[in-house]
Amino acid sequence: MSNRGRTFTTALLSVALLGAGGMALAQARDPAYAAARSAGQVGERPDGYLGVVGNQSDAIRDMAADINLKRKKAYTDQAQAEGGTVEQRGFVAGCNLIARTSAGEKYMDPAGAWQTRGSGAPIRDPKCI
Amino acid sequence: MNAMNRGGAVSPGNTDREAKVRTGWAIGAVAVGMTLCGCVTVNAPDKPIEINLNIKITQEVVYRFDGDAKRLIEENADIF
Repeated sequence: MSNRGRTFTTALLSVALLGAGGMALAQARDPAYAAARSAGQVGERPDGYLGVVGNQSDAIRDMAADINLKRKKAYTDQAQAEGGTVEQRGFVAGCNLIARTSAGEKYMDPAGAWQTRGSGAPIRDPKCI
Repeated sequence: MNAMNRGGAVSPGNTDREAKVRTGWAIGAVAVGMTLCGCVTVNAPDKPIEINLNIKITQEVVYRFDGDAKRLIEENADIF
């Protein structure tokens, strides 16, 4: 298939799948990141950043640091464009991110302790909605 | 402890001092050993833990920013 033909087909498939599932397929998590989440090696923090749970490898730590740098940029851009502080944008994102953890994943509670997400609601700051 | 000879009688004289000297050497040896080995090891984290668990934010601001946060997360799913 020609380059143009391949690009067209990919675009068509992406639109079809996005329309069908409404999922952000174009921006799925990196497999290493997804694995680390499932294994509880990294978890969501109330400040909107990824935390490393206990002692983990350099690879895991570097990955979390890389993700956090990107998150910080996103919060900073948002704060500059739409107001609020970087910390406030991070906090509100953190509320949502903890709510979106899957059962078995780790998150940090408001007291700073790591929790394992169960089927019920996670423990969050009372201001989170 | 006092030394006893075979007959069961207790010998007088140096035995108490001997015991004290022996104990003194034993304590000394332990003290020297402890200073030599430097036994206390603390594994400090290699990075300071920078988490802010006390962010200044009002309920009103949370309400205001929540929709934006949801959108941000959906649009950048790979890092969230």
